[in-house]
Amino acid sequence: MQETHLQPLPCPSSLPFTYFPPLFYYCMATSTSWLDRSRTIAGPGFNRWLIPPAALAIHLAIGQAYAFSVFKKPMGALISGDVNAPAPSDWTPGQLAVIFSIAIVLLGLSAAVFGKWLERVGPRKAMLASALCFSGGFFISALGVSIHNIWLVYFGYGFVGGIGLGIGYISPVSTLIKWFPDRPGVATGMAIMGFGGGAMIGSPLAVALMAYFKDSAPMGVAPTMLTMGAIYLVFMMFGVFTIRVPAEGWKPEGYVPNTQHSTLITAANVDADTAIKTPQFWLLWVVLVTNVTAGIGVLETASPLIQETFSDVSMGEGLGVTAAAAAGFVGLLSLFNLLGRFFWSSASDKLGRKPTYMIYFGLGIVLYALVPTLAANHSLALFVIVCCVILSMYGGGFATIPAYLRDLFGTMQVGAIHGRLLTAWSTAGILGPLIVNYLHQSQKDKGLTGAEAYQTVFYVMAGVLVVGLIANMLVKAVNEKYHYKEAAAKKVAA
Amino acid sequence: MDNRINPTVPEPAATPSSGLQTALAWLYVGVPLLWGVSQTFIKALDLFK
Repeated sequence: MQETHLQPLPCPSSLPFTYFPPLFYYCMATSTSWLDRSRTIAGPGFNRWLIPPAALAIHLAIGQAYAFSVFKKPMGALISGDVNAPAPSDWTPGQLAVIFSIAIVLLGLSAAVFGKWLERVGPRKAMLASALCFSGGFFISALGVSIHNIWLVYFGYGFVGGIGLGIGYISPVSTLIKWFPDRPGVATGMAIMGFGGGAMIGSPLAVALMAYFKDSAPMGVAPTMLTMGAIYLVFMMFGVFTIRVPAEGWKPEGYVPNTQHSTLITAANVDADTAIKTPQFWLLWVVLVTNVTAGIGVLETASPLIQETFSDVSMGEGLGVTAAAAAGFVGLLSLFNLLGRFFWSSASDKLGRKPTYMIYFGLGIVLYALVPTLAANHSLALFVIVCCVILSMYGGGFATIPAYLRDLFGTMQVGAIHGRLLTAWSTAGILGPLIVNYLHQSQKDKGLTGAEAYQTVFYVMAGVLVVGLIANMLVKAVNEKYHYKEAAAKKVAA
Repeated sequence: MDNRINPTVPEPAATPSSGLQTALAWLYVGVPLLWGVSQTFIKALDLFK
């Protein structure tokens, strides 16, 4: 009897077809579909400058997560219809804060769990999974908002959307590094800058959509989420279609690997499972967690700090910082967070990764310790400048880490290793606000007000940066015993 | 003899990309990014009023 095999249906790559999610799932399940890594290998003549826009299409979308707070007030008034007078059955700010926390924890976890899968299946399938999860999270949340079920929102935006965030964040990183071996910092800086920019698009977009839909649904939230889910799905598909991996052995014209530049840069590779057994991985974990925790210290306190420190009472009648100006300050910090991602990451290609982090920590310690003094002296201009520099280094810390990992562990599984390192971000996302709120509250309980109530926060954050500085100083080249040996791996597999 | 690691995988075809294609790709992501940045910048100006 002739043996029969189920053959996968051909998956057409025409655009309208691909916007139909169930068929996407089918295509993902079939092994020889157009989504496979083997089908995304770029042929001769492909312009590598098409890869950063593909990566940006993903990061600009998922960066919306940082603008989720824009939904908080409207979602807390779905029953009453008045953001200033929520009904008893309306969702509380505490309940709503959990949504972002779940998303950020799932970001780290899914990046860690799916990193190796991403390396195996390639960036196209991973980007598609990210697009489906991220937009799917919006769709589920829209349903949750419509029937006023917070658990559905937790599951939708938090859990499903969070998985989309994690996979999306790491999906273009190793591809970019492989396309730009001559300037990995520039390449990853561009993509991760997109994550910072995503909030700048997501926030005004949500505000405009909620205003447009305000008469058709409570606060216009549910239709806004549906629309945003659809917009982001289409937007991210550009990345899915455009992404390509370089052919084996491809190098940019005239490129000669420069391992003499620093002893930290390796020409060897370390696989993800082995990488987490090295001290270097955990030192970088500490580097990331401290840099992010300290940055969150500024982000969390920025608006109240500037208003309380530079109030009418201290600056003179009519000269104090208003709520609108404080919002402008937060906007300015976001801009520097965005610019820092590109600037510092690109600079690290010239300076070296370790010296760049020495600047983040060394300069950071001085600037954090300076903030309370500037606040006490009412030096508004200097205060703003210092906070902007701090935020640029916070963004830079995120953007430089993939290139640092590539220097230490090679390109083979840098995406998976990066994914595992992002658990540091999740940890900082929980730790940072906890430390800041605890310290601030304890100072207020002691009767301190205004700038004085924030002093301890900044001194403690400077201390946190000292820990990061020491961890970075301890980073040395990875021991050769951890290097991936193809022959040995094949023997084990056999 | 076929020396490729996986002979079932076709050799990648040439995928020449034009300058226009690259420019359009950058516009696709650049326009929303610039819009977002300009909105934030306008908001940030409130600090200096």
